Amino acid sequence: MALDRWLALIVLGICCVYGYTAWFLMDGSLAPFMRRNPVWPSTFPKILSIVCGLTALWVLVFQHAPPGQKTGEIDYRRLLEYKLQQAGGLIALMVSYALTLRPLGFLLSTALFLAVGAVVLGERKFYILVPVALLSSGLTWYLVAEVLGVYLSPLPILF
Amino acid sequence: MLDGILIGLSTAFSGFNLALVAAGCLIGTLIGMLPGLGPMSIIAIMIPIAITIGDPASALILLAGVYYGAIFGGSTSSILINAPGVASTVASSFDGYPLARSGHAGKALTVAAIASFAGGTIGAILLMIFAPMLSTVALLFHSAEYFALMVLGLSAVAAFGGKGNVAKALLMTLLGLIMATVGEAALFNAARFTGGLMDLQSGFGFITLAMAMFALPEALFLVLDPGRSSRGDKESSKIGKLRISAAEGREIAPVIGRQSLQGFFIGVLPGAGATIASFLGYAVERNLATKEEQEKFGKGSLKGLAAPEAANNAACSGSFVPLLTLGIPGSGTTAILLGALLSLNVSPGPRLMIDEPDIFWSVIISMYLGNLILLLLNLPLIPYIAKLLAIPRNYLIPFILFFTLMGSYIGQNNPTELLILVGLGIAATALRLADYPLAPLLIGFILGRMLEDNFARAMQIYDGPSFLWERPMTIGLLVLAVLLIFLPSYRQWRAGVKIKKARERYDQ
Repeated sequence: MALDRWLALIVLGICCVYGYTAWFLMDGSLAPFMRRNPVWPSTFPKILSIVCGLTALWVLVFQHAPPGQKTGEIDYRRLLEYKLQQAGGLIALMVSYALTLRPLGFLLSTALFLAVGAVVLGERKFYILVPVALLSSGLTWYLVAEVLGVYLSPLPILF
Repeated sequence: MLDGILIGLSTAFSGFNLALVAAGCLIGTLIGMLPGLGPMSIIAIMIPIAITIGDPASALILLAGVYYGAIFGGSTSSILINAPGVASTVASSFDGYPLARSGHAGKALTVAAIASFAGGTIGAILLMIFAPMLSTVALLFHSAEYFALMVLGLSAVAAFGGKGNVAKALLMTLLGLIMATVGEAALFNAARFTGGLMDLQSGFGFITLAMAMFALPEALFLVLDPGRSSRGDKESSKIGKLRISAAEGREIAPVIGRQSLQGFFIGVLPGAGATIASFLGYAVERNLATKEEQEKFGKGSLKGLAAPEAANNAACSGSFVPLLTLGIPGSGTTAILLGALLSLNVSPGPRLMIDEPDIFWSVIISMYLGNLILLLLNLPLIPYIAKLLAIPRNYLIPFILFFTLMGSYIGQNNPTELLILVGLGIAATALRLADYPLAPLLIGFILGRMLEDNFARAMQIYDGPSFLWERPMTIGLLVLAVLLIFLPSYRQWRAGVKIKKARERYDQ
């Protein structure tokens, strides 16, 4: 089965869970006076679940791309021929950035993110890379925290 | 009125005020380029500085400069790195980014600057002429009409469904609408579909979703296929070319004219604002274009870039109508401006034009000035801004990812938001690999909340769905929306029939 049909199936699954919640679970906790209203918190989701489910079913059955035809800008059937490791490395890096932003502080985690990101992409000129990463994180912090007044904790949590 | 205009002119053209508007434009453009900081937050940041100036007219002139600068700055990040930080510049990335990728970043930014200038200026002229009249028309729009207007705004998705993909575009829109129902709704004080996660209590963040749908998949695609970025590098010698040919000028002029008018009148309606104006502008121009031009939409059409830019800026001017004449802020940004006006001891309303003509007119004149100075300041800067794309790929991609993450972090100050962003970004990349259009998802998400709020309000007022057929304007707008959705499919079907017939004749 082609990727677009798999995704349509996943969306259909989401619609089923969403619809089940809207039709059977949400209204139980509704206050008695709200039951007299012509519109409930579940009204719009109920309509959406039906329309979305039917559309997902339509795409699943009729709208998929013919097998063998290249879809999108990158052919997912030959994904292994692309730089999958680099992309995976950057995704892992973004997740670690999210997890280290508070404990390591903005300056260190950002400099590490920028430097390691460039290394993952194949950059080896450390004498350019490290100063650029340090300078950029410092400048961004100064602009956002000092000039614009949006708080960003600069140093590791210990300090 | 003429006296008022003269007073406004003399105030706005003093040396100090000219310097203020120039400084405002520059600050707005530079900060607006950071995804996550839209006009609303930048104006909020600048209010304390504006208040210290003391003179309300000068303060408003500074804020108007910042406002227009921020809008242009937002378009810049949409066009250059496909990272729209503000809902109203999402439509600019549809054609702006493909233009930048094909080595025409300079031209794209020039078209954006000129369309913004023309839209803003025409909007300001219309504001001067129609302000008192339009405030009464805006009040005729009730929840039912707003609901229909949102549906009309959603019809823009049909523009992304080319080549028989309307169902996929529709599916993505519905998914966007579903995502918009997550979290607390304005009319019902209960969190919905959060799965018990506190971080989803207020729903998905717009910036997080915009970054996940556009910037992150694009950056991952650049990593997966290095050929994409090297193709851009080869073209980078042309990046700085700003000039638009006479033929291109003739092509976009009517688009700018039409969209400035349409954008302004949509902007006048409180709550509708620049976002709908830009989406509708894009959809309308795509439907008006010839078949060959329609093919270019989404792949780097100048018309597709000029339309949302002009509409967006004209709508910004339009949103000043209810603010200045009724004291009703029609958008988040005008609400912040209302706050600024009140703290400067100016109360906008029907009496403002009569009691304080110098302020009323200097605000309007400062809009012209803001637009003009923005154009004069930015045109020489464009080659340098566009050169950002010529930064080596190994440095550019981590920076794009960093700004994407920062955009979503600054707004919420919550690292979990970054994890949501990465998760959604991976899902969006998979959808893009399977050729699902992602813009409809974002359009559905942006308009979803307003759509549901107005639907619920109209249902409560009419005690049921009778508003759908009882109000002529509602039914008219809904019919128009249905036409806009099915027109592209009908055109395609008709073209198919014609080709079939021609083939049959040829065979005979």
